[in-house]
Amino acid sequence: MNFILKIWRQKNAQTKGSFKTYLLKDVSPEMSFLEMLDYLNKQIIGNGGEPVTFEHDCREGICGSCGLYINGRPHGPMRNTTTCELHMREFNDGDSIVIEPWRARAFPVIKDLVVDRSSFERIMHAGGFISVNTGSAPESNSNPVSKTIADKAFDAATCIGCGACVAACKNSSAMLYAAAKIAQYAMIPQGKVEAKERVDKMVKQMDAEGFGFCSNTYSCEFDCPKGISVDFIALMNREFFSSKVCKQKQT
Amino acid sequence: MKKSVINLSSISQKYVMALAGIFLMLFLIFHLATNLLMLAGDGGKAFGAAVEFLTGNPAIKLMEYVLFAGFLIHILLGVLLEWHNYRARPVKYHKSMRSETSTFSRFMIHTGIIILIFLIIHFMNFFFVRLGLVAIPEEPGIVVRDEHDFFSMAVIWFKNPLYSAIYIVSFVFLAFHLKHAFQSAFQSLGLNHTKYTPAIKVIGTIYAIAISVGFAIIPIYFYFFYVP
Repeated sequence: MNFILKIWRQKNAQTKGSFKTYLLKDVSPEMSFLEMLDYLNKQIIGNGGEPVTFEHDCREGICGSCGLYINGRPHGPMRNTTTCELHMREFNDGDSIVIEPWRARAFPVIKDLVVDRSSFERIMHAGGFISVNTGSAPESNSNPVSKTIADKAFDAATCIGCGACVAACKNSSAMLYAAAKIAQYAMIPQGKVEAKERVDKMVKQMDAEGFGFCSNTYSCEFDCPKGISVDFIALMNREFFSSKVCKQKQT
Repeated sequence: MKKSVINLSSISQKYVMALAGIFLMLFLIFHLATNLLMLAGDGGKAFGAAVEFLTGNPAIKLMEYVLFAGFLIHILLGVLLEWHNYRARPVKYHKSMRSETSTFSRFMIHTGIIILIFLIIHFMNFFFVRLGLVAIPEEPGIVVRDEHDFFSMAVIWFKNPLYSAIYIVSFVFLAFHLKHAFQSAFQSLGLNHTKYTPAIKVIGTIYAIAISVGFAIIPIYFYFFYVP
């Protein structure tokens, strides 16, 4: 297969980038999208050029490192698929493919297709944890959780923090990410203890990072490689409301 | 990055936007119910009585201010949110928006601006006349008794095909706005449930169509069927 690749090249965070077009020949349809980029880089290096920088780690859809904006959609044309799980057979021979980094003020470009997603980390640092002392595992029956709730909490926990929700959103809003991270704790007994404090802190941090605001277009849900539901955003809104209204006075 | 102009969290702003929106949606039902009295076929007697009751009622007078506040908050916050969201992506995509979203949700600011323009025209034609800021419209053959005689004014306006067309088109855009607004308000308030949300979406669509069709049949009636 042959492709015309239009790739965003940017030397570093300070310089202005631009698109560069590459003609890539003899791509195997069995290659993953990242393997195709490896193949391209091999040729660029062979010609003495600077390879295209992109992030990747596990290449099995778990780590959340890879994230490319492909032909107008985060992670490309397939639903519930990360960039590393996308294969070239999903494209047609001779296709022109536009590859861009995530675009958001809170995700500044570091180089080429790599963006700085530490804003996500800072949202987690603000409250995405449970403060219990480590020790031996507690008796499991002391924390009864229904199967439905456990499954829902797990659905939220499948978020890999790749940032596709922000990339897909017309407002660059991180609400689906924050909601998933808040919901995974808010629904289970271990997390409920600090739920109110957590939602308050995490939302505050999310706002401080300069993400846009949610206007319920739901494109985040559509493009989330893990299919995380916008129901969690409603849950976060509820949690936030109750954290504001039902806040107990400190004694 | 500087936070939004208003020192409220993102979710608080969502709540305010949704509550103001719900208030305006309730107002639309009320306004439509009053307007439909014009179709009673009694030469505007029932409608005139309703207008008289409403303009003379101090509680309604108070609600008028609340209504203005509702409109102002909804419009200003909508514009500020749009501005904030625009700035959240300084470098735009080269090729974008291939993600599937509900179509109308993408154009809330645009449909909103069209509704605002309509609102200004609407104020010029009716509300400002009542306040005495705009002269009472005149038309041979139709007597407008005073600045409260909205029925006769409506007869004059709706006999104008261009005005009626603008009126109807505005309500098509209002339907687009409401289609997203209704279920979005519930989502923003956190009222989301696997059992009820599908029903809310259906009711929202019915509401959007009913409101717009309801308002749009009035100019159609006056233009085609009404004989003074």
